Amino acid sequence: MKAAAVPSGSIRRRLLLSMLALAAVLSGLLYLTVRGVAARAVEATQDAVLGSAGIAIAEELRGSEDGVEIDIPYTAFSMLGAVGQDRVFYRVLIGDVTLTGYADLPLPAEPPSGLTPFFYSTTFQDETVRIAAVERAVLSDGRPVSATVLVAQTRTAAEAIAGQLANRAALLGLGVFALAALLAVVTARSVLAPVDELAEAVRRRGPQDLRPVARAVPVELAPFVTALNGFMGRLSAALSRTETFIAEAAHHIRTPLAVVRAEAEIALRQAPDDATRARMRSVIRAVDDSARSATQLLDHATVVYRTDQRTDEDLDLGDLARSVTQALAPAADLKEIALDLVVGDGPLVVRGDRLLIESALRNLLDNAVKYSGPETEVRLTVAGVAGGVRVLVEDRGRGLGGSQPAALTARFRRGTNVDDIIGSGLGLTIVKEVARAQRGAFRLTDREGGGTCADLFLPAH
Amino acid sequence: MRFLLVEDNADLARSVAARLSLDGHGVDHAASLAEAADHLATAAYDLILLDIMLPDGDGRDFLARHRRERRDTPVIVMTARAAVSDRVALLDTGADDYITKPFDFAELEARVRAVLRRKHGAAQTLRTFADLTFDPLTATLTVAGETRELRNRELRLFEILLSGPDRIFSKGQLCDRLFSAAEAVSDNAIEVYVGRLRRKLDGSRARIETVRGVGYKLTGTPE
Repeated sequence: MKAAAVPSGSIRRRLLLSMLALAAVLSGLLYLTVRGVAARAVEATQDAVLGSAGIAIAEELRGSEDGVEIDIPYTAFSMLGAVGQDRVFYRVLIGDVTLTGYADLPLPAEPPSGLTPFFYSTTFQDETVRIAAVERAVLSDGRPVSATVLVAQTRTAAEAIAGQLANRAALLGLGVFALAALLAVVTARSVLAPVDELAEAVRRRGPQDLRPVARAVPVELAPFVTALNGFMGRLSAALSRTETFIAEAAHHIRTPLAVVRAEAEIALRQAPDDATRARMRSVIRAVDDSARSATQLLDHATVVYRTDQRTDEDLDLGDLARSVTQALAPAADLKEIALDLVVGDGPLVVRGDRLLIESALRNLLDNAVKYSGPETEVRLTVAGVAGGVRVLVEDRGRGLGGSQPAALTARFRRGTNVDDIIGSGLGLTIVKEVARAQRGAFRLTDREGGGTCADLFLPAH
Repeated sequence: MRFLLVEDNADLARSVAARLSLDGHGVDHAASLAEAADHLATAAYDLILLDIMLPDGDGRDFLARHRRERRDTPVIVMTARAAVSDRVALLDTGADDYITKPFDFAELEARVRAVLRRKHGAAQTLRTFADLTFDPLTATLTVAGETRELRNRELRLFEILLSGPDRIFSKGQLCDRLFSAAEAVSDNAIEVYVGRLRRKLDGSRARIETVRGVGYKLTGTPE
């Protein structure tokens, strides 16, 4: 029984995705910040030059009795001209009247006051322009009038520089993101390494290995490993209890039965009359019956328990058949039943659990001996066939007597023609369950010429 | 034959000893491994019947020590476990055979015979009656230089009759000892085996007489 875990997403992927998302957000913020700072720096540079130019022009305003006059200082524009291919505009107003320059150059939203320049951006002649506005009071005709100077410049060069800086910022952001992604992968790997190592260590264990996990693990995994160890401890205790229980049960059932049987044999030997003899014989029969049932119940328990807890090894069925035959030979000999073992040539090796397969062979052979009359022959054939090994047990007993083979392999079910022979009805159930545990097949048929043929196939792997 | 029975269950030991003595065997009982060692130091046995779970140790350790000390007294282990792998493990430790509790004494006898046959070969246990030589280990009768093989039931029947020459054994008695309780047979089934044994005895001075209405006895006519 092996149930694979149902995965619900991957910690590694989740960790990686959240770290990448964080890196993307941070890189984006970095890009925006750098680009903003760069744009402001470019603007500040342009503003400084525009401001100086505005102030320089404003300082050239001269008040006189006729009004205000100005001698535009072209050096002021040469400062601006240094900045690329941009066009420069200016406008000088006295009050609301344009003195010189572009009369339609837009005014600031609020009038400037003093020589501290007021900066604003707007559209002029289909181009974005940056404008610096300064104001100065000039004496005209003895009265102070407000003179405003606007100096404007298109933003082509400023935008080009800002664009370049933005590209740098984008490159920087991408670089930071790439670095962060790399770090995220490395971090995810190193964070999850103990989990991977633990999983691998548990996976490498054999099915019989129930020792506690001894490796050092991070504190976060400690509760999991503690729980796992506790579980394995309980499982191994339960399993060894089962094994001990089976052995103890056998001992406690069989020892008193042995006493009863010995005493009954003595009583039978000393029986004064036929009635006592018959009684003693039935006692012995009952003892044999219980002993057999006990054996098969314990065998069955062992088979069920071993099916979950099997230890597979390469087994030579020829050797196994020999040892089972040898064990049963004296019992067969008492009935003068000849056990004929035919072991075929070639490899007769199957992979399986020794106890399971032995139980199956013993029960098959024991059945055959039990249901055969005296002075007959029971043949056990072990032969290699395609994909595995076939074991045939043929007897000259009473056959199936019309019972369905499926009915005979059911638990506690016996044939209809065997009431005079003791049995528990578990023998064939054991064989069938072993066949299933080994992914083999078991078939029971009437044998030609009388008797039964039990056919057990065990796959090599 | 002389057995050493090593078994800590007093009831079982008493019953087994009583049952074996019915067949004319001598049995000494040891309730622990220490007692068993004492017995082995002072007497010679034909066979040791050994339990596995004993109060002062594991019977398998005893077996291993027994074999290390190169003692060759055969050992049959009495076990409560029936798996063949237990048997293989026991045989590996040096047991000559094993028998599962509760046991049929006829089967025990058969196993003892097989073990002794493997250990000593023939000759040691030859018995003679009239002009017959009988070897229970190889199951053969020698009549006037001619060796005849006995089948299992013929052998057991002959052993029973030979245990009390001229004593009358009833059909029922013989039946009880020749057939297991699981076999439902009538007392007359014994006649078949008596007939066969008589044929094996042909030409010798030993013969099986029918005592009408009572049973059979083995007698030998003097030369």
